[in-house]
Amino acid sequence: MSESKAVVMQGAAAEPTYLKIEGLWKAFGDFLALKDISLEIAQGEFICFLGPSGCGKTTLLRAVAGLDPQTRGTIWQGGRDISELPASQRDYGIVFQSYALFPNLTVERNIAFGLENTRRPRAEIAARVRELLDLVGLPDQARKYPAQLSGGQQQRIALARAIAINPGLLLLDEPLSALDAKVRVHLRHEIKELQRKLGVTTIMVTHDQEEALSMADRIVVMNHGVIEQIGTPTEIYRQPATLFVADFIGETNRVATTYSDGAVTIGDAVLQTHAVGLANGAPVTMAVRPEDVLPHASADGAAPRPNHLDVRIEAMEFLGSYWRTHLTSPALGDTPLFANFSMNAVRRFGLSAGASLTVELPAERVLVFPRGGEDG
Amino acid sequence: MADATVLPEGRNVRLRIDSDGWIKRAFMGVIALYLVVALALPLYAMLSKSFVTYSFDLTRYEFQVSDESGAVWGDPVTAAELNDRLGEFAPDDLRSSSDGRLSVTDLFPDFSFRSPVMYRIRGTTDNAPYLVGLDLQNSTDWRELDSNTFRRVNLRPVADTGLQNYQEYFSNPALFSSIENSLYIASISTVLTVLFAFGFAYAINRSCMPLKGAFRLIAMMPILVPSLLPGIALIYMFGNQGFLKPLLFGQSIYGPLGIVIGSVFFTFPHALIIISTALSISDQRQYEAAESLRASKWRTFWTVTIPGARYGLISAAFVTFTLVITDFGLPKVIGGQYNVLAIDIYKQVIGQQNFEMGAVVSVVLLIPAIVAFVIDRQVQKKQVSLLSARSVPYEPKPNRRFDMAMLAWCTIMGIFIAGIIAVCQFAALINYWPYDLSFSLRNYDFNKMDGGGWGAYWNSLELAALTAVIGTAIIFVGAYMVEKIDGFKTGRAAFQFLAMLPMAIPGMVLGLAYIFFFNNPANPLNAIYGTMAILVVSTVTHFYTVGHLTALTALKQIDAEFEPVATSLRQPFWRLFARVTVPVCLPAILDISIYMFVNAMTTVSAVVFLYSTHTALASVAVLNMDDAGDIAPAAAMGMMIFYTNATARVLHAFASRSILRRTQAWRVR
Repeated sequence: MSESKAVVMQGAAAEPTYLKIEGLWKAFGDFLALKDISLEIAQGEFICFLGPSGCGKTTLLRAVAGLDPQTRGTIWQGGRDISELPASQRDYGIVFQSYALFPNLTVERNIAFGLENTRRPRAEIAARVRELLDLVGLPDQARKYPAQLSGGQQQRIALARAIAINPGLLLLDEPLSALDAKVRVHLRHEIKELQRKLGVTTIMVTHDQEEALSMADRIVVMNHGVIEQIGTPTEIYRQPATLFVADFIGETNRVATTYSDGAVTIGDAVLQTHAVGLANGAPVTMAVRPEDVLPHASADGAAPRPNHLDVRIEAMEFLGSYWRTHLTSPALGDTPLFANFSMNAVRRFGLSAGASLTVELPAERVLVFPRGGEDG
Repeated sequence: MADATVLPEGRNVRLRIDSDGWIKRAFMGVIALYLVVALALPLYAMLSKSFVTYSFDLTRYEFQVSDESGAVWGDPVTAAELNDRLGEFAPDDLRSSSDGRLSVTDLFPDFSFRSPVMYRIRGTTDNAPYLVGLDLQNSTDWRELDSNTFRRVNLRPVADTGLQNYQEYFSNPALFSSIENSLYIASISTVLTVLFAFGFAYAINRSCMPLKGAFRLIAMMPILVPSLLPGIALIYMFGNQGFLKPLLFGQSIYGPLGIVIGSVFFTFPHALIIISTALSISDQRQYEAAESLRASKWRTFWTVTIPGARYGLISAAFVTFTLVITDFGLPKVIGGQYNVLAIDIYKQVIGQQNFEMGAVVSVVLLIPAIVAFVIDRQVQKKQVSLLSARSVPYEPKPNRRFDMAMLAWCTIMGIFIAGIIAVCQFAALINYWPYDLSFSLRNYDFNKMDGGGWGAYWNSLELAALTAVIGTAIIFVGAYMVEKIDGFKTGRAAFQFLAMLPMAIPGMVLGLAYIFFFNNPANPLNAIYGTMAILVVSTVTHFYTVGHLTALTALKQIDAEFEPVATSLRQPFWRLFARVTVPVCLPAILDISIYMFVNAMTTVSAVVFLYSTHTALASVAVLNMDDAGDIAPAAAMGMMIFYTNATARVLHAFASRSILRRTQAWRVR
């Protein structure tokens, strides 16, 4: 599988590589938290390490920061080998989930913490602090203590403090996890804007796929200490390299089956796919996303078309912007199929529990993954 | 897939250590060195001393005797042969201490110092020490002496290592019975203290009785006085001329009875704090569940309250047991002829100058102290996990009968505690008990008594202030380094062990260990022996652990990510330490310093071996004045310690509040 993890530099090829990780391993006793991680990040890129808890994403970030050194492997930053440099000699700013604001210092003292002690004149520091406060949109909060601010405000102060020293690399460790859903969505946008404005190479660790999809230039999906896939948000979503990625990002219907001649068989139904490079008879898992199940008016008596199934609606659940629908089909036997139908589709086709209709599983949207691995 | 992969061969990546890393290691090294010198080496010296035995080895000496002319010499003969012939010394006579001397003329029945007979003596081995007059000789060359000089020849014992001291100790019924006595009084005191303290803590946490604050204050008073003060009060109440003596119905207060009552007094606040903490963390919801299941109050008590507080009870029991079994002041004052281990150490060392035997008793005393310590640590760990659970605090509901019963119990305990202090105060202020009860300040005229006078009080104040300042600085910096250093696991574990060790070492043992280590002329640190410095070092070390744990708790509550953030901002660690860590931990730092101060004022056990004439201490003066029969001045000096500690507490409370208001404005939203 390591071939599929070869670094693809699509979309970022124009910028030179800023951070390069090669053959990184991390062992905690017998447990391998990172296994042979290689990765290149371009100058100015916004990268997300995405994965479930325990996948190694935070371990990887801490290795980059020099907080917990890797066991094997090399890290270059801006052409400099930083593998063995202590954290104090690396060049980054960091924001933690806890914000780690100094509680006994005011907002401006917090932001100025990295600026003092640098022989800079006082006035210059004050000006820089004002500039940063404006940048994060909190110009009037300078004299408050962190405890007097809301979570979102604290997060922005932490960000301002981290970028105050103009670091070459910005590391964000689950920066939005402690916030309310609304604030989180708002801050996502703000952080992304700020990052674009500053052009600072940024790595963000998150377990929240929405966060990763909406903010990152490229996403590194990790699981069990290995990289499952690196790609832009659309690549990751549209062409998941592994079943794990398909499952972890978005939702999928998944069915174990076998492959033959470009198609998979489920019960009586034969579904065409665009999968290539698989031997006939290979055990595979077919996956299709609920939103890729397309409704058509029921065509009774018409000749069966490829990748079309006659289904019955067992139950419908209203989830605000769409209906989550539980479908069964004689062709699929016992295997249930879930589909997300838009409000419009439900109205247009008059869908309700107990109704029958035809759905299409477009061949290009039917994903096939070889079975037998741990995720199979 | 990935599971099949294995870590490639090669060297583990290790980060280079930056200047911060080196400075932190250096700091930790210095403080670890302090603990090694002030704790590990003295204990080692004591332990090895307990295995050292001294005896005269007669096979090592040879003699030659001349005839009356002084020119014709007989055959050389060893001292052992002479003794075999004469049977002068039995094997027991040849056992000795480091100071022992054996007169050689006893081996020569015909010896007369006026005779013209000449004598020759030499060693048969390299180590055959003997004295000629005051000159120490150690040579295999013959030395010729006339009779008059030969009279002044003494053999010196040679050191050997072995278990003889222990054999002697355990075969001596008087010494051995001390073990029984110590265990006996410690067990009884523990049971009583834990029961009483539980009742008190229960009243404070689970009832709606009035005056809780006042009771809490009274219950903490024993911490402010030396442990021997209740002994003095008990003598006034129940002693030979005590005004409550008839209440004892002929029993004597001097002995186990007095020790147990006094022990309950001085261990009460320690047990109360622990049990009260355990009771205060209980969960209201469990009681609501019990009530909804219609459990009786009694059943709820045994199925919810007691299990919830069990770690606190166990911990309180071990702390009390250790305090009692290692206490020296109380049995000294009121123990009478009742010997306990701590007294034996004192008697062996101060009374008989038998340091080796003192070391043996110390090792024996270490065993229960270490066992109690280890068990307590295990229990404490479990208690912490209980504490961290999210729970709804228990809110007691008024219940008149129950509240009145609780009030009655607290009043009894309050009268007991306040009464003991009041009796001491009374004794200090009257002219001459029981004959002249008029008011007088005569007893405060310490300069007219033995024990060090007012100088002792000022010395104590100096010791307490130095201990509070230096001790707090060392402890807090040490705890910071051990908590916030990156990597260096072995070093940190070793440091942590050294920092926990003092809690298991009784003060008497530490003091004796210091004699062995610092009073050794070969030790370059010998210079601090007999100075204020050794008192400060011993006191800081003796009370190190509690301060260390307080500092660690405070440091663990600080966000662990402050250090990485400061590092990423390219700031040295000491800047974060000064600007953030210390200010945020200031309440804990003040707590450590008041703890060190109060304990330095009251401690007797470690310093009793270490003070000199110009560094006499108030707490030791109480002991010595009591010993000399000046009981009223002893009570007065005890009260001086009480006033001082009470004042220090009040000042500490004010200082904490104002510092908190000024520097910790951030705590208020």
